[in-house]
Amino acid sequence: MLAALFRIARTALLGFWAGAALALPELDLREIAPGIFVHQGLYELPDTHNRGEIANIGFVAGERCVAVIDSGGSPEQGRALKAAIAARTAVPVCYVINTHVHPDHIYGNRAFKAPGVSFIGHHKLPQAMAMRAPYYIEKATRDLGYTLTAEDFVPPEVTVQDRMELDLGGRTLALTAHGPAHTDNDLSIYDAKTGTLWAADLLFIGHLPVVDGSLVGWLKEIQNLKAVPAKRAIPGHGPVISDWPSAIAAEERYLEQLAADVRTAIKQHKTMEQAMDSAGTSMRNDWLLFDEFNKRNVSSAFAALEWEDD
Amino acid sequence: MQAGIIPRTLFVLLGLAASWTAFAEAQEEGTWKNALQAKFFGDKPIEEGNAVVELTAPYRAEDPALVPIQIAGKIPQTPEKYIKHITLIIDNNPVPFAASFDLTPASGKADLAMRVRINAYTHVRAIAETNDGKLYMNKVFVKASGGCSAPIGADLDAAMARLGKMKFRLDTDKAALGQPNPVQLLISHPNITGLQMDQISRLVKPAHYVEEVKLSFNGAPVMTAKTDIAVSADPNFRFYFVPDKAGELKAEIRDNTGKTFTASQTITE
Repeated sequence: MLAALFRIARTALLGFWAGAALALPELDLREIAPGIFVHQGLYELPDTHNRGEIANIGFVAGERCVAVIDSGGSPEQGRALKAAIAARTAVPVCYVINTHVHPDHIYGNRAFKAPGVSFIGHHKLPQAMAMRAPYYIEKATRDLGYTLTAEDFVPPEVTVQDRMELDLGGRTLALTAHGPAHTDNDLSIYDAKTGTLWAADLLFIGHLPVVDGSLVGWLKEIQNLKAVPAKRAIPGHGPVISDWPSAIAAEERYLEQLAADVRTAIKQHKTMEQAMDSAGTSMRNDWLLFDEFNKRNVSSAFAALEWEDD
Repeated sequence: MQAGIIPRTLFVLLGLAASWTAFAEAQEEGTWKNALQAKFFGDKPIEEGNAVVELTAPYRAEDPALVPIQIAGKIPQTPEKYIKHITLIIDNNPVPFAASFDLTPASGKADLAMRVRINAYTHVRAIAETNDGKLYMNKVFVKASGGCSAPIGADLDAAMARLGKMKFRLDTDKAALGQPNPVQLLISHPNITGLQMDQISRLVKPAHYVEEVKLSFNGAPVMTAKTDIAVSADPNFRFYFVPDKAGELKAEIRDNTGKTFTASQTITE
């Protein structure tokens, strides 16, 4: 009911602001390096107000075609991204890369479905999408204020087992499929031409890192990422940074301290509930959305680290 | 959300939201009253409150795949009067029956803790049956969190690789004889729900979950649990037992595919 009210209010506002001719709000995109455009998301939880449009999304343009990197947090944002791309380049979209399964990165997929467009993801992305879709559809209705259908989930037809190169004409993107980290289906993209690493949610800046894969695995992948000779990196949440790899130090520090605190709690025979109240809390002031995500990070870390010695 | 001037209309909306939530919670009793209560307990009267059994769960589930809950028996487990059975129901889960536990005076305390999957905004209820056949219920309302995970394990492959492994955890090396001793049993099992509908691909795994957990001490039953898909991956149970002497604490597990696993722990005085 509240969601419906918001929808009505939003529709009315948009109608008033944009007039009947322009149905989509313009997406704010910034060219952070030649041919690389990023829309920076908000430091917010997904809700009916922001409609889940909270992640960094964008595209890389080559001479021949465009690779979309994460399609948006809602079908509408996907359409807005598509329009924004068309306004900035004459070359067509040939690839849609989903960096992982989370809704704020994949809900715009449907807008790009067309002949000649390949969807690309981690080899575990199809399974993750299939397993989560029913739950995500229900959650969208309840939490985001719009209705999704199975058609909004466009799984990758090309999957990355380990590494893959995509030629966009005049520039080649190097895709890396990572082991379980932020999720179990994380993909990063490196553009050697501009020295840009699109790290997506493997890198959180400002927004507390969220562990939905493997804490220990993520710490391992951070070591691999640090070796990428990038000049700048694009996080999944937060501003584009130009001090790579030192910019990932804060995330690494948080994850390491979280692991240390959870291991101590397990060693002291504390329960998950007790650990959720204490682990990680020394870093509370270092991050935004700490209270929203730290406890869930502790619980998933706790469940995994309980089995660590075996 | 950005801090700033909050228009009056937003307060109205927030007020609406608050009353809506209360309304929704009241409505939630429908599933229980109209279907679940009769299904599981027939027309037997159930006393509601926390005098005999108390359920603790977080109001907001941080991770819907791992919601820690505790059930506390409020009466001592004596041969004269004890809680013999506890049923855990999660109203709005696809399978509301989460688990049931047979307990004995040898349990010492009818205290249990575990982690469950919660699929929706729902009441969770613990119904205790005492040895005189009376029923007592305590319920709490849980909101599945807005996070970004789904009620499935994140690292399924790791869980499959350890399938059937078990660990006991005791607070001390030596047991306190004649008293309730806390124990934790960790079972490595992916507990796949099989409910993730195949809307997109053919890659969904069939249900595979722990169905029965039998705990005994020197051959005498301590606790027997029937469990369903609401129990989180890598089931983790905390319970009590009263050792009368040194001996062997044993866990026997059976999953829905018929696989059985056993583990035991030597208890010293």
